[in-house]
Amino acid sequence: MSKVTLRINGQDHKLDIPAGMPLLWALRDKLDLVGTKYSCGIGTCGTCTVLVNGAPVRSCVMPATGMAGMEITTIEGLDSDGAHPVQRAWNDEDVPQCGYCQGGQILTATALLRDNPDPDDEAIDGAMSGVMCRCGTYPRIRKAIRRAARYAADESGETS
Amino acid sequence: MTQQTIDRRSFLRISLLTSGALVVGVASPGWLEAGEHDDERWVPNLYVRIDPDGTITIVSKNPEAGQGVKTAFPMVVAECLNVDWRDVKIEQAPLDDRYGRQVVGGSRGTPDGWNDLRVAGTAACHVLTRAAAGQWGVAASACTASGGAIHHEASGRSLRYQALLEAAARLPAPDVADLDLKSRPEDFTLLGTFVPGVDNPQILTGKPLFGCDVRLDGMLYAVFEKCPTFGGRVRRANVEQIRSQPGVTHAFVVEGTDNAAGLQPGVAIVAETWWEANNARRHLRVDWDTDHADSTAGYDTRAEALRGERGETLRADGDVERALDRSKQLVEASYYYPFVAHANMEPQNCTARFDAAQNRIELWAPSQHPRGGRELIAATLRIPERNIHVNLTRIGGGFGRRLRNDFMVEAAWIARETGRPVQLQWTREDDLGHDFYRPAAWHHFRAGIDDAGRMQAFDHHFVTFGSRGRTVSGAGLSPGHYPAGLVKNFRLRQSLVETNVPTGPWRSPGHSAYCWAYQGFFDEVALAAGRDALEFRLDLLSRHYGEPPLDLERTSDTLRLAAEKAGWGRRVLAANRGLGMAFHFDHGGFVSHVAEVEADGNRIRVDKVWSAADVGPILNLSGARNQVEGCVVDALSTAQLEITFANGAVEQGNFDDYELLRIGQAPEIECHFIQSENSPTGLGEPPIAAATPAITNAIYAATGKRIRELPFSRAGIALL
Repeated sequence: MSKVTLRINGQDHKLDIPAGMPLLWALRDKLDLVGTKYSCGIGTCGTCTVLVNGAPVRSCVMPATGMAGMEITTIEGLDSDGAHPVQRAWNDEDVPQCGYCQGGQILTATALLRDNPDPDDEAIDGAMSGVMCRCGTYPRIRKAIRRAARYAADESGETS
Repeated sequence: MTQQTIDRRSFLRISLLTSGALVVGVASPGWLEAGEHDDERWVPNLYVRIDPDGTITIVSKNPEAGQGVKTAFPMVVAECLNVDWRDVKIEQAPLDDRYGRQVVGGSRGTPDGWNDLRVAGTAACHVLTRAAAGQWGVAASACTASGGAIHHEASGRSLRYQALLEAAARLPAPDVADLDLKSRPEDFTLLGTFVPGVDNPQILTGKPLFGCDVRLDGMLYAVFEKCPTFGGRVRRANVEQIRSQPGVTHAFVVEGTDNAAGLQPGVAIVAETWWEANNARRHLRVDWDTDHADSTAGYDTRAEALRGERGETLRADGDVERALDRSKQLVEASYYYPFVAHANMEPQNCTARFDAAQNRIELWAPSQHPRGGRELIAATLRIPERNIHVNLTRIGGGFGRRLRNDFMVEAAWIARETGRPVQLQWTREDDLGHDFYRPAAWHHFRAGIDDAGRMQAFDHHFVTFGSRGRTVSGAGLSPGHYPAGLVKNFRLRQSLVETNVPTGPWRSPGHSAYCWAYQGFFDEVALAAGRDALEFRLDLLSRHYGEPPLDLERTSDTLRLAAEKAGWGRRVLAANRGLGMAFHFDHGGFVSHVAEVEADGNRIRVDKVWSAADVGPILNLSGARNQVEGCVVDALSTAQLEITFANGAVEQGNFDDYELLRIGQAPEIECHFIQSENSPTGLGEPPIAAATPAITNAIYAATGKRIRELPFSRAGIALL
């Protein structure tokens, strides 16, 4: 067991973690933050994506003990009421089918829009290619990201 | 304070609970006939409840796997009840015999539920209207219902439903046969509109929802190692050593049963966290006792030998040999598709809590067929079915995999052995290695074309999989399937390759595989006859011999619509682009697609697919489009994939060698619906079958390369 303090969704969590345990399982089995999902365990499908210092990371292959001092955002921490522009766009385009991969999709899209507030389809496909969806929601993911970009632009217009 | 009316179809009850809530229950005739009901036991809050505070709760009885039933079904009730959608709350029902069928599968949810859902909503509205009319002393026919209130326009009066609950419950329940059920798209205000999924708020914020999200006090986590070679038994395993691994609380051998879809032999490892349970597996050594070494190479050899044999004749119309001899042209081709896996994004899992004192067990299961799971557990663990309570969780992808409940009985067994609540979670490798695969098959076709360019003979030798002389699950082909009935001289022969691999239904079982072979071959015949692919197909669908194998008009209409939207025959395409088409009918739905493909040598991109479907009235436009889009993507994805076997085991391990389609490869999809007045049917399956051949026919048009073997890579075709 190793002691580590993880900063998750703005809160510090002091944890005793088995050596080598990936962040995914620290979130799910130590903290009951089950929004981050397991699917492949080898960093291939992107379902387990979280944001680490704002960048998408596969939590299933990142040892939790190495994540001290980093700002970790899970799907629970994006906006717990679903009011983030990406979440709103995802609902309005009704992207989810089964919904299992959507946390990883949403966080990856959030990171994309932070770096590129108005991505074209090529930029969207490039940024989102790491997250698989078995239900085939890809056409809607493209639409939802374009919609989220509009929502975010409207929000920043309102506040400036 | 209850009244009831029984008709041939449903058992309706409207009553008032002590809380003052009005409840409407409809029980299935099957449950009624089973004779299990009695007035004392039946709390009929089955479909809709209106609370005195105005809350309207609609129960969703079927499991939700992403097919959208949890949104679409309550929409039907809300439509008939005339309430605002935003005032409705949805509750997921547990497994309960009073609901009748609770299955995601066969696209049957919609046709089965359509009547009862409308009866529930309409009956409630009926008594509420009469209660208001009674209070006002006016005729019920002078009143209207909308927005959760009854209105009397002549006097300008309105009453909210919650003000009418007691009075409504005192009225006799209407005769179901007398209810005027909305059935035409033009009568709908909510149905047919774009409504986001009711679970979206939880999905988008990561709230617990799925099977693997269940957390119970004192719960442990389990993995279950089974023999890579299907059906292998445990001779011995180093469970003592495993028990000493960090975090591990239990490790034991499960003797298991012979049922391939039941409790298979294996080794359970249970730990404080799932990762520790799975990590301990690295040290697990099992001596397996296996009795077969099935392989893809062996299947190929056997199939090649069977090809020249006569096989069993399943159907013979006219005289196919003579007609082939006399035809002006003979077209011959063979098609092959491989085994594929379901690959649900949520690997199989189940949570169970066993109560030894009561011999009771409670489960949280992402199952498409929870009743089957309950029966399996009852038979395997010898627990009476009434002591098995199954909660239905949201399912991270079904596609037919979760019609089998092996993961449920494993969780139940492990929970009983450990005496602690346990969550069993399979790894991706467990999931790909222990699926119920869609079986491969070989189709050998011969067609005869007459002087008029018509296909007047069709000979089909279907080489598929069997066990002890019987086709295995998912490997059958109905003798009534088109082109039987569309071609005067028709023959279907079948030969079986023996297999020990577990197989099962995979989204639109059979159809999603063999439609591709038929529709690819039709293009070859049309080409040989010098005819346009659309004109050839419409002509094929213009006559029948004996019983037509599908509704010719509805099928043709979808084909015409997809072709028209795609500009078939009206567009000049660059030399490296091509259009392809296909039609199909399954599970009550008629769907045609036209695909447009762009080629760069042997690398292709599917740019766009135009889809036309007739499944009767559309319930939720969003859900309906989602299923069409999802099926097209699934078809293209699956056409790149292959499960192979060696030494009786699967050779693929994870998404690195069974890689689903990525976003950049997904086409644009344009859906069109023909909203007829026919009863609505499901859409989870019908759109997939014709999508694959539409794409491969377009690849031929763009490249001149005919794909007769899947996956695409076997034909040297890759996606851009």
